[in-house]
Amino acid sequence: MYCRETDVVIIGGGPAGLAAALAVKAAGVESVLILERDTQLGGILNQCIHNGFGLHTFKEELTGPEYAARFIKRVLDEKIEYMLETMVVDLKSDRTVVAMNRKEGLFSIKAGAVVLAMGCRERPRGALGIPGFRPAGIFTAGTAQRFVNVEGIMPGSEVVILGSGDIGLIMARRMTLEGAHVKLVAELMPYSGGLKRNIAQCLNDYNIPLKLSHTVVDIKGKERVEGVTIAEVDERLKPIPGTEEFYPCDTLLLSCGLIPENELSGSAGVALSPVTGGAVVDNTLETSIPGVFACGNVLHVHDLVDYVSEEAENAGRGAAEYVKGQKAGIVPEDDTVMEMKAGKGVRYTVPAKIRPATVKKDVLVRFRVDNNYKDVSIGVFYDGRLERSVKKRTVAPGEMEELRIRKEELDKYPEVKEITIGFVE
Amino acid sequence: METREMTCINCPLGCLLTVTKDNGKVTVTGNTCPRGEDYGIKEMTDPRRTVTSTVRVKNGSAVKVPVKTKTDIPKDKIFEVMDVIRKAEVKPPVHIGDIIVDDIAGTGVPLVATKDVE
Ligand SMILES: Cc1cc2nc3c(=O)[nH]c(=O)nc-3n(C[C@H](O)[C@H](O)[C@H](O)COP(=O)(O)OP(=O)(O)OC[C@H]3O[C@@H](n4cnc5c(N)ncnc54)[C@H](O)[C@@H]3O)c2cc1C
Ligand code: SF4
Repeated sequence: MYCRETDVVIIGGGPAGLAAALAVKAAGVESVLILERDTQLGGILNQCIHNGFGLHTFKEELTGPEYAARFIKRVLDEKIEYMLETMVVDLKSDRTVVAMNRKEGLFSIKAGAVVLAMGCRERPRGALGIPGFRPAGIFTAGTAQRFVNVEGIMPGSEVVILGSGDIGLIMARRMTLEGAHVKLVAELMPYSGGLKRNIAQCLNDYNIPLKLSHTVVDIKGKERVEGVTIAEVDERLKPIPGTEEFYPCDTLLLSCGLIPENELSGSAGVALSPVTGGAVVDNTLETSIPGVFACGNVLHVHDLVDYVSEEAENAGRGAAEYVKGQKAGIVPEDDTVMEMKAGKGVRYTVPAKIRPATVKKDVLVRFRVDNNYKDVSIGVFYDGRLERSVKKRTVAPGEMEELRIRKEELDKYPEVKEITIGFVE
Repeated sequence: METREMTCINCPLGCLLTVTKDNGKVTVTGNTCPRGEDYGIKEMTDPRRTVTSTVRVKNGSAVKVPVKTKTDIPKDKIFEVMDVIRKAEVKPPVHIGDIIVDDIAGTGVPLVATKDVE
């Protein structure tokens, strides 16, 4: 088996992998390799042809492919090595990456550091527990997006969408523009998982109804979907008898959330968070395995690609510093670790740990709340004591929030074990 | 006097705007930044959208090339624009920014490619 050594190996060539690679190079580490299983770089952005990307980074609104192209160009300009149609099949805890492609067959790479940037996948139908047969005409929204935008195939003409995640909303508009009749978007929860702007410009613009607290209870049709039965659900998300309504349709799209693609991380023994499905990382985005870093949707699901690129730069820098430190034989003197905890109203934080010795200025903490709230005050607590808080007019689970942990505070409380982010009572 | 509530679609914050039109004068509240005010006024007087879609490629490395209207177009022209897009076809190579249709559906706005196809 062919075997090689590389300082930093990046698994995945989407926006996370591209930005991480650029940051590694910028930090002065030349030996960096991107491994991508698809036929092109850019990841999921290649099928996200709508606009709304890059406002943060480029101060203009780009489509997904345009955003990707800017990073791909920089990767090419920097002559960063990449391999396409190359699937990583195994990652070992000593950072050996096993991959395969047509040219080399199965081969292995001994990596100084690894950046996980595999993105996420859609929650499949099985996980949803909809009873009934499995007729043709049921797709995840992302699969439909690939059919329509990349392959130029329309999956159907009379459509019901279950789940109001952003991909579902985007596809409601996309299929309407292509001549389909989107009858309804049904959402199990009492709130939408998608961005408000997408409800406005993808549903309201085309008079597509959104029914909150509704779900599919039955699917009709043996060969092909002929219709679905939608019912209202109670607070415990159980269908309420008597509220059933039948919608004839030939297509059902499922947009029921995304899960980080972490099979590889699991096999390497990377500790995963049960809440995000992604790795547990510290402020340098290092996982529980030294020298293995994570960023982008494989770490936690992002709504905004700009944040993915920013986070990936951080991971790339971390990986580069790790490799440089190992080469110079530097052993960190202070290995104090503070735990980050999700307090009241907060589902999770990334990072989940802070190593104060590695903090230069401050630590950007991203988190999600567990419900829709109005006029809340979100606080930073050091070992349970409120340090400061910010007021928010509205917060929603579909929109990622952020706060900074300041270096002065970490210096002020060197003995602290736990930093909590949560609502102030 | 006409008052409407709407979500600003200019950024992911999605501020809830209250837009009031009184004797031709439009006022906007609820916006976090000036872009929201511009959006509210435009949405009340001349609503516009950028249309993104795909155009068929003849014998290229991809079946479809993604496209967008270079700037936003009047909202009530969206389906006319789509009719033109559906009938259009391009020959490779196509590069980002290349004009695929100029002055699409009489809007005065060109349709441009958003990806390279060889
Ligand atoms: C439908 C949709 C709409 C969106 N809309 C917006 C929007 O309007 N605005 C916005 O800012 N953001 C939007 N986003 C979010 C943004 O696009 C994503 O957060 C971002 O693309 C994630 O980047 P990533 O690199 O982490 O993952 P991906 O783009 O998924 O890239 C991961 C890459 O890793 C590769 N890979 C995975 N496993 C392996 C393996 N074992 N070996 C080799 N390669 C592997 C995959 O092939 C893929 O190319 C949207 C996302 C989706 C899905
Ligand atoms: S008003 Fe400004 S901040 Fe609010 S959604 Fe519009 S562009 Fe974003």
